[in-house]
Amino acid sequence: MSFLEVNNLKVEFDTADGIVSAVNNVSFSLDEGKILAIVGESGSGKSQTVFAMNGLLDHNGRASGSVKFKGKEILNLPSRELNLIRAQKIAMIFQDPMTSLNPYVRVSEQMAEVLVHHQGVSKSNAIQQSINMLDAVKIPDAKNRIRMYPHEFSGGMRQRVMIAMSLLCHPKLLIADEPTTALDVTVQAQIMQLLADIQKEFGMSIILITHDLGVVAGNSDEMLVMYGGEVMEIGKTEHLYSNATHPYTQGLMSAVPRLDDSADRLVTIPGNPPNMMLTPVGCPFSPRCKYANTTCSLQTPILTKVNNNDHYRACHVAIEDTL
Amino acid sequence: MINYIVKRIGIAIPTLLVLIAVSFYLMHAAPGGPFTSERPLPPQVLANIEAKYGLDQPIWRQMFSYLWGVLTEFDFGPSYKYHDRSVNEIIAQGFPITLKYGFWSFIVAVGVGIPLGAIAAIRKNTWIDYLAVGVSIGAQVLPNFVMAPLLIIVFTLWLDWLPGGGWNGGSWQYLIMPVIALSTSYMASIARITRSSMLEVLNTNYIRTAKSKGLPTKIIFFRHVLKPSLLPVISYLGPAFVGLITGSVIIDMYFSTGGMGYFFVNSAFNRDYSVMMGITIVVGGLTILFSLIADLLYAWVDPKIRY
Repeated sequence: MSFLEVNNLKVEFDTADGIVSAVNNVSFSLDEGKILAIVGESGSGKSQTVFAMNGLLDHNGRASGSVKFKGKEILNLPSRELNLIRAQKIAMIFQDPMTSLNPYVRVSEQMAEVLVHHQGVSKSNAIQQSINMLDAVKIPDAKNRIRMYPHEFSGGMRQRVMIAMSLLCHPKLLIADEPTTALDVTVQAQIMQLLADIQKEFGMSIILITHDLGVVAGNSDEMLVMYGGEVMEIGKTEHLYSNATHPYTQGLMSAVPRLDDSADRLVTIPGNPPNMMLTPVGCPFSPRCKYANTTCSLQTPILTKVNNNDHYRACHVAIEDTL
Repeated sequence: MINYIVKRIGIAIPTLLVLIAVSFYLMHAAPGGPFTSERPLPPQVLANIEAKYGLDQPIWRQMFSYLWGVLTEFDFGPSYKYHDRSVNEIIAQGFPITLKYGFWSFIVAVGVGIPLGAIAAIRKNTWIDYLAVGVSIGAQVLPNFVMAPLLIIVFTLWLDWLPGGGWNGGSWQYLIMPVIALSTSYMASIARITRSSMLEVLNTNYIRTAKSKGLPTKIIFFRHVLKPSLLPVISYLGPAFVGLITGSVIIDMYFSTGGMGYFFVNSAFNRDYSVMMGITIVVGGLTILFSLIADLLYAWVDPKIRY
């Protein structure tokens, strides 16, 4: 029984213009204590994948497939049952710490309510535990600052508050949806360091969603590359960095600017992200892929094993041709 | 906070003075006067009466002597039409009536409007939502001068449940129809403002965070959704409250309630200068007061606003 197992996850949205399939047949698994990075550009379906897991899709969204957490199916559970898992087993932090905390409620209230509700402790006890947790994420003067409102914190400090809040019930899995995207670079590094530290301290698993390959490199065990709602390639981060076999992953890797390279222009992947309104036929990346052949635009490639490093990819092009 | 209140009151005084000066001038600029009638008085008699009330003086002098009376003795002067009564007496008679049905209308408008809007927002795009939106649109397009006679026809003439008019010290039978007629359009506005602002709040990231914390819907609603949803309602309530408690001529006419609205409109037709001025000052003062209260309430709800 694996810790987390996602099988053929599909997410669709009903919109005024028709059905948008945001996530198609995404499958992956995660072991306890590991960090999985989900990488992809905006609109690749990485956030909707994790929202679906936690029942946080918008009203017009539906999910199908299977998400098993410690052997128990949690996809599409009624919120009453999901509420027993949320925060206690699976906690989340979000992209924009400016808007993810309620601006009208004191930080003390927002944190304490988690413990009061899930563990039935007294409010003063909950606040004391919250202060300890704020100390643990290195918020100076937590004792006094906890009484403040979110707008009285800086962006980085707010994300620390979010992290502290998510850790209150010692969850087994932390889902971090682009936790550093809204922060400036130096603060990004501090937050990633903090996440790495608490991961070790609490021994939990993390799903880290990002579009920043720099963040992925030093901070994850495995990585999953998504494009157009589908998994392109998945494998051990270390291995994948030097042995990317999927043309999209290779494109992403070469688009990372290098300090030792004096190129004038940044490398890009030509073309535009796919229109999710259209029913996917073939490989979603094929219109932008320099290796694409006729099979690519007709048949959706399935994930196949590349080697024994848990390395899988979904591509019709032979590995030898992409090297 | 205290500084802010003092500053706002400091601004209120010149605002009121300008209001008085402009209305005083406009009132006198309108043709006719309190003693104009279809059968003109002999010029000598008219001159005598006007001299008695000081109407032969230049307007600026009339205004200053009027202001002097208001400021030093809180005396709004005598009515020109009701010869045996002062403006103070008229306001003292009409205002409590208006205040009573206005206050209850406010309670009904808020008490029905906010829950109605909230239910519509929570059950968005269900029949409950459509029903609530339908009711509030219906209530808003039905003006109170249509509503009032309809109520009288149904509840007095057909069903004979309620008295068709009068006040009787404001006992509940006499209060029901004026309150319904006056509150419906305010209720509808409040419901619609609540619905749209709550829909916005329900879509925010911090509500998603609250859900991800595994909190039950009830806690999410009362602790995280309600307060921010009510901010736009509060800005509407300040002026709405003044509108309600300063009366409606429609209500006073249809239900013979005898509130301020009746005196206000009659005074305008009759060029009863002092009654008009008196009521204008009372309404103006209340408007300033309640927009200040709404602003303070706003700051209390929204921690980002501090004065």
